[in-house]
Amino acid sequence: MTDNPSLLAAEHIGKSFIGMKALDDVSFDVRAGEIHALLGENGAGKSTLIKVLTGVYRPDAGVIKLDGQAVNVRDTQHAQKLGIGTVYQEVNLLPNMSVADNLFIGRQPMRFGFTDRRLMEKRSREILAQYDLDLDVTSDLSRYSVAVQQLVAIARAVDMSGRILILDEPTASLDSHETEILFAILRQLKARGLGIVFITHFLDQVYEICDRVTVLRNGKLAGSATTEVLPKIELVSLMLGRTLAVATHNVRRARPAPKVRQFSFKGLGRSRSIAPFDLDIGQGEVIGMAGLLGSGRTETARLLFGIDAADKGQASIEGKPVHIRTPREAVALGFGLCPEDRKSDGIIGDLSVRENISLALQAQRGWFNRLSRREQIALADKFVRALDIRTTDIEKPVKLLSGGNQQKVILARWLATSPRFLILDEPTRGIDVGAHAEIIALINQLCDDGMALLVISSEIDEIVAYSTRVVVLRDRVHRGELSGDDITTSNIMQMIAADPEGATA
Amino acid sequence: MNRLSKAALTKAAPQLLSLALILFLNYLAFPGFFEIRLQDGRLFGSLIDVLNRGAPVIILAIGMTTVIASRGVDLSVGAVMAVSGALAATMTVAGYPVPVVILAALGTGLLCGLWNGILVAYFDLQPIVATLILMVAGRGIAQLITEGSIVTFNEPGLIFFGTGSFAGIPMPILIAAFLLFVAITVVRRTALGLLIESIGINRSASSYAGLNSKLLLLVIYSFCGFCAALAGIIIAADIRGADANNAGLWLELDAILAVVIGGTSLFGGRFSILMSALGAIIIQAMNTGILLSGFPPEYNLILKALVIIVILLAQSFSSLGGWAFLKAEFRSKGAKR
Ligand SMILES: Nc1ncnc2c1ncn2[C@@H]1O[C@H](COP(=O)(O)OP(=O)(O)OP(=O)(O)O)[C@@H](O)[C@H]1O
Ligand SMILES: [Mg+2]
Repeated sequence: MTDNPSLLAAEHIGKSFIGMKALDDVSFDVRAGEIHALLGENGAGKSTLIKVLTGVYRPDAGVIKLDGQAVNVRDTQHAQKLGIGTVYQEVNLLPNMSVADNLFIGRQPMRFGFTDRRLMEKRSREILAQYDLDLDVTSDLSRYSVAVQQLVAIARAVDMSGRILILDEPTASLDSHETEILFAILRQLKARGLGIVFITHFLDQVYEICDRVTVLRNGKLAGSATTEVLPKIELVSLMLGRTLAVATHNVRRARPAPKVRQFSFKGLGRSRSIAPFDLDIGQGEVIGMAGLLGSGRTETARLLFGIDAADKGQASIEGKPVHIRTPREAVALGFGLCPEDRKSDGIIGDLSVRENISLALQAQRGWFNRLSRREQIALADKFVRALDIRTTDIEKPVKLLSGGNQQKVILARWLATSPRFLILDEPTRGIDVGAHAEIIALINQLCDDGMALLVISSEIDEIVAYSTRVVVLRDRVHRGELSGDDITTSNIMQMIAADPEGATA
Repeated sequence: MNRLSKAALTKAAPQLLSLALILFLNYLAFPGFFEIRLQDGRLFGSLIDVLNRGAPVIILAIGMTTVIASRGVDLSVGAVMAVSGALAATMTVAGYPVPVVILAALGTGLLCGLWNGILVAYFDLQPIVATLILMVAGRGIAQLITEGSIVTFNEPGLIFFGTGSFAGIPMPILIAAFLLFVAITVVRRTALGLLIESIGINRSASSYAGLNSKLLLLVIYSFCGFCAALAGIIIAADIRGADANNAGLWLELDAILAVVIGGTSLFGGRFSILMSALGAIIIQAMNTGILLSGFPPEYNLILKALVIIVILLAQSFSSLGGWAFLKAEFRSKGAKR
């Protein structure tokens, strides 16, 4: 299989953006019938390479070869015509159009010169059935969660890819079940002889499904090998250019429970969103929140932060009742929230890194108490250094940063407000192994400094590592809590999956 | 600072060049174009005329810039001008003192803007639809105020705002310049500029960051209404009367155009009030030029369209990195040789 000739190859690719070299003499190829992992730190150039391969960007140097023939990929449509289906990291779907439209836009089945909606909807249902998805294909895509939207984008790309499928961090917002379904499909496609490029920060997934890996570092090729001969430790050091004790960050740290729990939520709930729950959290405590996608974790966060108004229950701080009806009120009380959907709820794309980092603090200080440019620069410099945000310049529009670095910018935005209670919804999504360890260290440190943290994560190992208590959700109900030595991966898994009281339906 | 102002100048190049070109063409059509003379303690000349005639659109464009930056648009400004003009004229005829008349007219504009803001911020109507309501209804309201007739007045205190001058400079120019200065100072010295850009680019994310986007939208639309009322007063004072049907007719489009020529995107975000004012001056320079050259005014529309296309193309070209691209092409070609 490894002797297959390469299907799509990039040779000596160079690509510069103003002030930086994003790709420098990078060669990469994918063969028929293989799954090829493209790895590297945040900002290493993975997405840029994909965009060069699919005609979004024009390379400054190098050639792209399809079946050994040099091709000039003019634009994304041309790439599709050549049989390359792609899901970009920042999924580009049309949220205000139906699911079926999103699957078929630009290639609708026609009948008598009109779109054959019946056929389109039937085909859509068939396609989605392969992914275990039973959606109303005529309703707007925006009604569905990030994960479902991601799956729709993947389904579209898979359906269009004749020969090559490229997936840029497709599993970042999928849970393990959905990931398994995706992998099953990828294996089928591989057996059919497609070449698949797979970008991820989950190294376990690399070993589960990929045949070869190519690693980029700072825009240069760091190495390429078959998965079998490359141990994980070596892979990580190839990515980071230094060794990292992979296991250390997931070692559990016991922490005493706080004496007082200042933040208290009693019977908080909202119909059709999340069943009433009680939650107390104190300073110096990390509560981990585990559950499947759609189990009500994000809904809980939205309620606590006032994005959705609670229709039941009462919040209080240090015994005094408070009303949180908008994020503004939450921020005024010293809350912060890093949202799950970075693109739509997190970054302000056209604003600079400096402005994005200053934004929450500025909003808190009010309209007339402007942070001067000097203060903003100091703030941004401080956090760019503290969180190792990779950017050429703090004046760069944040949308031009790599995905993982955008995530860090949002984190910085909240840390800049020195919150008392910080909610992190999937803080490590799309973050590379090195930064992952740093963020977990940061969570631990913030907690030691006396912050109260609520962290939502799909990575159970991670939750086990830093939580003082773990809340498990299922079907939009808070099912139970674990604390102390009961916090183990297997306990959490059991609570997520099992139905202790029998049937709940 | 030097680097910043140089960058700003590069960015403004398409507009500055267009303005220079238009002024030059005006000069060709009318050799006396650049002459300015002092007469009866007031400056006269075609250039002064461009600024004077352009003042209402400059004022509209100032308010419109903040609305467009917030990813909105205000179609009602022309109608609001008619309402404020009608009110000012009718109240003057009824014998109210000038300060009261002006405060009432400005207050009405503010209320009109507030209404738009409420529809946009609290009822989540699309700005284009929300402001269309007042665009249509506003003229009706203006007619109700004037009871369907053209109201004329002869109150020198009010007329002063349209045709008077101070230190040789016509009042409309002074008012526009003053508003321009205040608006830019407020927007850039407070956090408002950043926050407006922020909600214009991504309102959801801004709300997550704790911005009070609803209140901010109210303020923005109210300010735009205020600007429209001010422009309405100037026009009424200039013609010494109020014509509910024609005052400010189509000026909303000129205002939007001025903003777009100034480089603020209709998709919201980064804005420059100063550049919008420059856009308004470009538009007026074209209008005046056509008038002076003796072409029939129909040509004006076609020429306007042409100039706009050229400016917009130049803008999108440079924002796509076109100049850098050309430079690189040129270099690599040169290197090969
Ligand atoms: N259009 C652009 N203009 C300027 N710089 C850019 C642009 N696109 C990407 N970059 C820069 O190029 C570098 C590589 O970015 P890229 O998105 O390829 O990283 P990545 O490897 O995909 O990272 P991640 O894992 O975080 O997604 C980053 O430093 C980024 O800031
Ligand atoms: Mg990427």
